[in-house]
Amino acid sequence: MKKKFEYKGPNMRKLISWRSLPLVVLVILAFILWRGLNSDPKLLPSALIDKPLPAFELPDLFSTDKILSRSDFIGKIALVNVWASWCDNCRREHPVLHEITNNSNIPIYGLNYKDQQSLARQQLQTFGNPYIAVAVDEKGTTAIQWGVYGTPETYLLDQQGIIRYRHVGPLTMDIWQQRLLPLVNQLKTEKT
Amino acid sequence: MNLIVSLLVLFITYTSSTIAESKDQYPLATIEQKQQFQQLLKQIRCVVCQNQDIADSNAGLAKDLRQQVYTFVKEGKEEKEILAYLSARYGEFILFEPRFAKSTWLLWVAPFVLLILGTVIIVRRSVK
Repeated sequence: MKKKFEYKGPNMRKLISWRSLPLVVLVILAFILWRGLNSDPKLLPSALIDKPLPAFELPDLFSTDKILSRSDFIGKIALVNVWASWCDNCRREHPVLHEITNNSNIPIYGLNYKDQQSLARQQLQTFGNPYIAVAVDEKGTTAIQWGVYGTPETYLLDQQGIIRYRHVGPLTMDIWQQRLLPLVNQLKTEKT
Repeated sequence: MNLIVSLLVLFITYTSSTIAESKDQYPLATIEQKQQFQQLLKQIRCVVCQNQDIADSNAGLAKDLRQQVYTFVKEGKEEKEILAYLSARYGEFILFEPRFAKSTWLLWVAPFVLLILGTVIIVRRSVK
């Protein structure tokens, strides 16, 4: 049996009028709120995305006479990890930092945040040191310049030292592979 | 009766000692500066304990930011400057009252737009 197609749906002219505005607004609102259900409201986007890593001058954790500055951390695509020995989540992400240094040529620099230098050194001796260099921000004043609010935090810098991404909370292999690595590859193809 | 009295004494001691403590920690020369300092603290969100302002919060960052704001007030910086300094580093969210800027104009304007839109719709329907 062949049936002729008869349109039995809603009257299209009636739909596309200003009367449907409340429904449209509702749908848009519902979509926005649904998106919000999946995001953590406590996470703040960095205010420094696409801005240069702020200048700093801090002592080196392993030779405190030596002063590290911004130029020591930039020049290559790199990660800067804000951590402390008192921070449990930092310990949790430590193996991930090691894996990143083992599996990629991305250097990781550390900012030791409001910590005791002896405890920080001890932590790295016990659990291994994934960092090329660690700057000591004992008072946390440099961290304020970066907008640090929750350790651990990890910043991705491009070759010019511009902050391209910030992750708050412990780094996982998932985050590295799904968020950071694609960005790293994209930065590698960008012209300097 | 004795219980009530002792609780009251405890309460008064606790509150007066915290007020005294905060005064000593951040000594300022003039009353205007003291007021400015207290008012500023109430406008700045503790981004760690996000429903508190940095006057109340015990978080380490709140303490650091209090110290920074105190230093600025002592130096004579204006309220606008201090709030701009913080939002440049932490984003608009650190301010309890978002300022009227490119990123927040929609936030400010939307309620009025919706109000006008709603009124227009209602008027049109009732005229018909």
